[in-house]
Amino acid sequence: MLAFIIRRILQSCMVLLTVALLAFTMFRFVGDPVAQIVSLDTPAEEVRKVRESLGLDDPVVVQMGRYLYKAVQLDFGISYQFRQPVIELLAERAPATLELALISSFLSLAIGIPMGVYTALRRDSLFARVFQSISLVGVSLPTFLIGILLIYLFAVTLGWLPSFGRGQVVTVSGRWTTGLLTASGLKALILPSITLGLYQMTLIMRLVRAEMLEVLRSDHIKFARARGLTTRAIHFRHALKSTLVPVITIAGLQLGSIIAFAVITETVFQWPGMGALFLKAVQNVDIPIMAAYLMIISALFVTINMVVDLLYAFVDPRLRATIKG
Amino acid sequence: MTLPSPSAGPNPSGDSLWSRIMAHDLTYLFFRSPLTVVAAILSMAIMLAALMAPWLASMDPFDPAQVFLADANIPPVWQDGGDPRFVLGTDDQGRDLYSAILYGMRVSLVIGLSGVALAATIGITLGLVAGYAGGRIDAVIMRVADVQLTFPAILIALLVNGVVQALSKGSSRETWAFGVLILSIGLSFWVQYARTIRGSTLIEKNKDYIHAARLVGQPTPLILLRHLLPNVIGPVLVILTINLGLAIITEATLSFLGVGLPPTQPSLGTLISIGNKYLFSGDWWIVTFPGLTLAVFVLSINLIGDWLRDALNPRLQ
Repeated sequence: MLAFIIRRILQSCMVLLTVALLAFTMFRFVGDPVAQIVSLDTPAEEVRKVRESLGLDDPVVVQMGRYLYKAVQLDFGISYQFRQPVIELLAERAPATLELALISSFLSLAIGIPMGVYTALRRDSLFARVFQSISLVGVSLPTFLIGILLIYLFAVTLGWLPSFGRGQVVTVSGRWTTGLLTASGLKALILPSITLGLYQMTLIMRLVRAEMLEVLRSDHIKFARARGLTTRAIHFRHALKSTLVPVITIAGLQLGSIIAFAVITETVFQWPGMGALFLKAVQNVDIPIMAAYLMIISALFVTINMVVDLLYAFVDPRLRATIKG
Repeated sequence: MTLPSPSAGPNPSGDSLWSRIMAHDLTYLFFRSPLTVVAAILSMAIMLAALMAPWLASMDPFDPAQVFLADANIPPVWQDGGDPRFVLGTDDQGRDLYSAILYGMRVSLVIGLSGVALAATIGITLGLVAGYAGGRIDAVIMRVADVQLTFPAILIALLVNGVVQALSKGSSRETWAFGVLILSIGLSFWVQYARTIRGSTLIEKNKDYIHAARLVGQPTPLILLRHLLPNVIGPVLVILTINLGLAIITEATLSFLGVGLPPTQPSLGTLISIGNKYLFSGDWWIVTFPGLTLAVFVLSINLIGDWLRDALNPRLQ
């Protein structure tokens, strides 16, 4: 077991190292850091000094090591367009993105699971068919189109909800800004979180339905029926419980991609988050921000993946057996 | 092949291709599902319209000589202020929306199809090599695939886009936007093909016909292409269909985010992005019609993909 944990952690570190290498290559070779700092009429002597101060004359391996050493301390360099440390820019915008992502995941679970259970139990009812069709539309419509549609309906036509920004935010515990404590902040969250969560919701609904149908056919449910338990107990106590394990896993894994997909939602709703910052960096070739975002997102993905794998090893006796054997 | 065999019963060899297609299980299943038939007709119609855009459109929206700024933001013909020359209205540069959608769909389709083709080529090649060679080559390829699979396609596409933009400083977006979009889509979608092909290759490579081909001394590339490929390509069909929808969405999203095609060569995504700017001033048509076209097309493709997956799934038959 210990060997498995160590191997899994080492594997994650290898992945992170690969991504860091990629980020460094981008940082060092794609954008010329010097050209971004000096202007055309800077004297050659000055340019040489800048090069030296940035350590660009050292061997590449040394530079790579330095980049990694700094990255571990969350120092990702200075943004070309804002002339500010990248980590400060990201930290400033992280609360907005994380809040949006968490609310969206929560929504997608809170709505997706009941819809999935319903469509599995009442497979041929009218509502089940309606839900199934909605889920296909949800998968087919691009995120940005859903956002535009919601804005047109609820912001432009009906005027109920704001179409951009976070509303009023309050600062809690020093740097964390939250929109969850004010009425306008909560109102501003509604449309973006629906937009971001819709795809995950349909995914979870389809997954719950498929898993539930599978579980209802299994032996332990047949046995529960044979024992004469009530349908309600069978469905919600026994079947739902075994359905939810894989669903929670997928939902956990999806949290990472929700944060990545926030790029689109944040653009549509002018949400001041990390995704919007990343997109701006791509448009303006702000390599330090792109490299930092790449590393942070991959660290997030790798950590989530690893935790899920390890949890599985702890929970599932079959997997434990194969690890030992 | 994993495709279902032609329906049982004597099948005289003199049958024409048409009657053999009509007697196929897949054809039977197809006509049993009315929704799929509708989806197929819709997507075929949209593709045909895009293909024949120069004959169907009332103007060439890419030709500056035919576009007048004075015609900008005219509503559709059934609204007040509509102009019979522009049935669906015009966009902010005075382009006829109906013509722009036809040409835009064409651009979206070309990029989507080429992107998927590139992804499939990369994925199938790497999958065949990984599965057939095994060992260290296999490990390296599949590790890369694992790492990439953790990133959403749109993020990879954005990164590729940013890197190319940095490398091509100076040259204008028009010259490389097309190629970069295809490259981004190709690089973000190959993993699924590689995994599927590798899986089937691992099974097929130990069968007698492959051993036989090796024994008679055929070169490895020939074995891979002539013998292995036809036997592992079946499941790729479903991925291709579903990926086309995804690729078109990805292109539209990138263009919407402003890192895809420039407004001078609009795809559907670019048109939607233009329309989004005018949503608040009440010019609803610029975003609605391109958006609707995109949604209907992708939905139809996904319906066909869903059906194909079920129809080719031996467990459901």
